[in-house]
Amino acid sequence: MIVAEQKSLEEIRRIIAPYEKVLLLGCGTCVTVCGAGGEREVAFLNSALRVAQAKSDDGVHNFSEYTVKRQCDFEFLDVLVDKVNEVDTILSLGCGIGVQVVAERFPDIPILPGVNTSFMGMAKEWGVWDERCAACGDCRLAETAGICPITRCTKGILNGPCAGTKNGKCEANKDMDCAWILIYKRLERLHQLEKMRRYYPPRNFRVIPRPRRIVMKADIEQGEDNG
Amino acid sequence: MANSLFEEKLNSNGFLVTTEIGPPKGADVSEMVHCIDLLKDKVDAINVTDHQSSVMRFPSLGGCLLVKECGGEPIIQVTCRDRNRLALQADLLLAYSRGIKNVLCLTGDSVDVGDHKEAKPVFDLDSVQLLKMARGMESGKDMVGNELKGTPQFCLGASVHPEADFIEPQLIKFEKKVIAGAQFFQTQGIFDLESLKKFMQYASQFNIKILAGIIVLASARMAQYMNDNVPGIIISQAIIDELANVEKGKGLQKGIEIASQFIRTIREENLCHGVHIMAVGKEGIVPDILEAA
Ligand code: SF4
Ligand code: SF4
Repeated sequence: MIVAEQKSLEEIRRIIAPYEKVLLLGCGTCVTVCGAGGEREVAFLNSALRVAQAKSDDGVHNFSEYTVKRQCDFEFLDVLVDKVNEVDTILSLGCGIGVQVVAERFPDIPILPGVNTSFMGMAKEWGVWDERCAACGDCRLAETAGICPITRCTKGILNGPCAGTKNGKCEANKDMDCAWILIYKRLERLHQLEKMRRYYPPRNFRVIPRPRRIVMKADIEQGEDNG
Repeated sequence: MANSLFEEKLNSNGFLVTTEIGPPKGADVSEMVHCIDLLKDKVDAINVTDHQSSVMRFPSLGGCLLVKECGGEPIIQVTCRDRNRLALQADLLLAYSRGIKNVLCLTGDSVDVGDHKEAKPVFDLDSVQLLKMARGMESGKDMVGNELKGTPQFCLGASVHPEADFIEPQLIKFEKKVIAGAQFFQTQGIFDLESLKKFMQYASQFNIKILAGIIVLASARMAQYMNDNVPGIIISQAIIDELANVEKGKGLQKGIEIASQFIRTIREENLCHGVHIMAVGKEGIVPDILEAA
């Protein structure tokens, strides 16, 4: 899932400053799971903003809130049409994709991001999320025992550990495991160490040319227009 | 035929001595030039570090040009941290065109340990791929197969960490570097000759030269600091104690003594093909160490 962190109240107050009526828009998918922008967080933020406003004595904003099932898909945004007409801006607590889909759907209203979209990852334990995939477009997990060297090695290198690893940890952060030690141990366990002995050439950063787009191949063959 | 003076020496059977210089933070190179003058006739080649520990400095290539100008034999350290494959190839072309042919291919420390922590880490290539890239250029083509005007020839080196606390994956990578074209290795700091012996039992099957890395310690505090903060370094408690037990102000002298003793043993017992002395910041003591060894 996509992992995000809510922006500080201070930054949120700064970016909404020019607008009077603000719709706080949550998303019911990834950011709900990671506790950055679901229904609960929208309600919390609403109260926090009101309290901050009352304290600072500049009661200029008018907040409303709503959470859609998914912000990253046009079909879930239709319910917003009337609400959008009544506000001056939308503060989206969706990920960066959600923010942009909302912007594309409602071209006439400013959209602001309420979270910092951080990475794609998993809940390692309660309250701790770790990155797992950078969407490189050329997945090599078959060769690395299911452990991604691109995200989990600080340098994203492909031919084995650097010399900086110590105690199984990464030279950049003593609390984080060295990906290449993990890969080695798991390959050994699976009797697949020959995969580590192989030479891996430099990455192709143009697997999908940027800006990246994927067009469903079956649709092309059938002559369908997929936008 | 050898490509460089250093390669010629690699091909001979003599005991090799290299050292390294960290360029200044700034454009005033006078101290560095002084260091080069002091060292150039005492060693077989001088490495110039490439933003060592990810701290921004005068560039390695510029430092190697100075070594050349002073009549020394440079080894350019090239890391993958700051340049993508275009820039790396270009820098190697420039180096070659100016007579800098010894190249130490490194992945580079992570940006997080340095002084520009917010910089974009590049790592377009890793050390093995960099070696292969340099070897590939010797066929007169760039990485994507386009013809080069003029064909560079390099003497390629790499690093290896015989004292890594988890050695097997390091050895796998070492072997990949050999296959990719490394002719010589300068090891990370050696603090225990037993681990060097063990490593050499394995490494001697390859047709390469190994120079044991000797780090000169100036105090127990420095040793402890390096243990805690320098990537990969593991200094034994015995050495830290030895340094801690000397009189105040005599630490560096002790460090020189320890380093010289190591070098002497390595040479006398023929443990490997040479040494690479690392005394960055105190390059001036290298002649003393060699004298004592
Ligand atoms: S290799 Fe890593 S970044 Fe690439 S697709 Fe697989 S998991 Fe994602
Ligand atoms: S210590 Fe391990 S994870 Fe960290 S940069 Fe080196 S190889 Fe990658």
